[in-house]
Amino acid sequence: MRRALVVVLFFGGLVGLWQLATVSGRWSPVLLPPPLAILDYLWGALRDGTLLEATGVTLYRLLIGYLIGIAIGLPLGLLTSTSDYFEDTVGALALGLQTLPSVCWVPLALLWFGQTESAMLFVVVMGTMWSMVLATDAGARSIPPIYARAARTMGSEGFDKWTRVILPASLPYVVSGMKQGWAFAWRSLMAAEIFVTILTGFGLGHLLHYGRELSAMDQVIGVMVVIVAIGLVADKVLFSPWERFLHRRWGTGLK
Amino acid sequence: MTLADVTSFEVRASPPVKLLVERVSKWFRTPRASVQALDNINLAIGEGEFICLVGPSGCGKSTLLDIVAGLTVADEGRVLADDRVVAGPGRHRLVMFQDPALFPWLTVFGNVMFGLKRNPDLTRKQRRETAAYHLKLVGLEKFSKAYVHELSGGMKQRVALARSLAPDPRVLLMDEPLAALDALTREQLYLDIQDIWARRRKTIILVTHNVREATCLADRVFVMSPSPGRLRDEFRIDLPRPRDVNSPEVAMIGSKIMAALKGHLSISPEAIE
Repeated sequence: MRRALVVVLFFGGLVGLWQLATVSGRWSPVLLPPPLAILDYLWGALRDGTLLEATGVTLYRLLIGYLIGIAIGLPLGLLTSTSDYFEDTVGALALGLQTLPSVCWVPLALLWFGQTESAMLFVVVMGTMWSMVLATDAGARSIPPIYARAARTMGSEGFDKWTRVILPASLPYVVSGMKQGWAFAWRSLMAAEIFVTILTGFGLGHLLHYGRELSAMDQVIGVMVVIVAIGLVADKVLFSPWERFLHRRWGTGLK
Repeated sequence: MTLADVTSFEVRASPPVKLLVERVSKWFRTPRASVQALDNINLAIGEGEFICLVGPSGCGKSTLLDIVAGLTVADEGRVLADDRVVAGPGRHRLVMFQDPALFPWLTVFGNVMFGLKRNPDLTRKQRRETAAYHLKLVGLEKFSKAYVHELSGGMKQRVALARSLAPDPRVLLMDEPLAALDALTREQLYLDIQDIWARRRKTIILVTHNVREATCLADRVFVMSPSPGRLRDEFRIDLPRPRDVNSPEVAMIGSKIMAALKGHLSISPEAIE
């Protein structure tokens, strides 16, 4: 109860400060619209369907690209953790490309795929995949060797060992890698959508972009609020169950 | 499951050889030097025998156990288990380590089930019943749904024991499984292990540096000496079971074994850490 009160006070205070700033008249309402204007925009956009449609388009791209990124990154990470050849080649590549901000893929994606959905997906996959490779690799390397030894004496070898021992044992790393990958996927998709207009779908990034073009700051800030909200909800829905599972099984993070 | 009602006399008279270690030698090569860990080890272990290997740190006893388990390959010689050359690890020779090595992502029950699930000959029902039976055997049937981190050190090692026994291995290899436990828990486990051994008659090799522990548990104790690792003496322990680790008889034989151990150390003092 007390914690909830603190939360309400904190965020209420933030909005209050914002309201005060707009009332003070120091800044033009075009640049800094009052909080109510944001709500007004969101309500309108929700009613005429643009917001839901844009959110749907964006989430669809995000999820597909993210899942492809994990599906490629996870096995590659397991490979780089076992094989010296993979470590020296794919591992080095992953390390290099992970440091590359994924917005840098946008020009290339445009040239290769044109203004298409594929270009969007490509950027998201590039944003997710490499951090997933590195996280899985780190996870598999951090497993106490005794697990693998115990598993082998109990008759677990090869594929069974990988799926039943190595993968679950590196789960804490894999989950935090997936979380990081999600953040990267978000960032890269927003960058791509803001930069590139795609005729097949109008996403949140586009909404943000056109808000700027039209000097509609209520739209810009409104879309930002939506993006933050989706990030929070995704964290609760996608990752919290996994983290609770890990804490319960591993006995970590108990207060 | 019929408990072997063979009298101990018959077992001793002509135990069929279960494990045969023949002329096993092993070197550890580093870029700087080559260290001989084991030198010409020969050992014949009968069905249902409880063998202890004692020796100071670095005498190669764990390496020898690893070779018998198939986790490490010998440079010379070979190991025969049931007249078959050991080529790799397998569920017929299970290992208990000093670390319980339980899997945190599984429940206690899931851990005991792990080895059973790798045996294709069992049905689901048989697996569950066998796991439950062995959890009961180590007195942890109430904890089957618990997670590993919720158990104490002694309980974890009990689960590890149940996990090793459940798949009915032909040989159980124990690498100082009790070394990290407190004295009270350890003494309880001495009794547990003797009780379980009396009921199941597994062939067991236990590696330890605790001479009393070896005397309390084993039929035969082998003393090893380091640099290179060699089998030096064999002590046959004929005390009646169950044995109390604190009994004067165990203490007396233990001190004899300890004297032998120290005697070998004085030959190569550089091996003392």
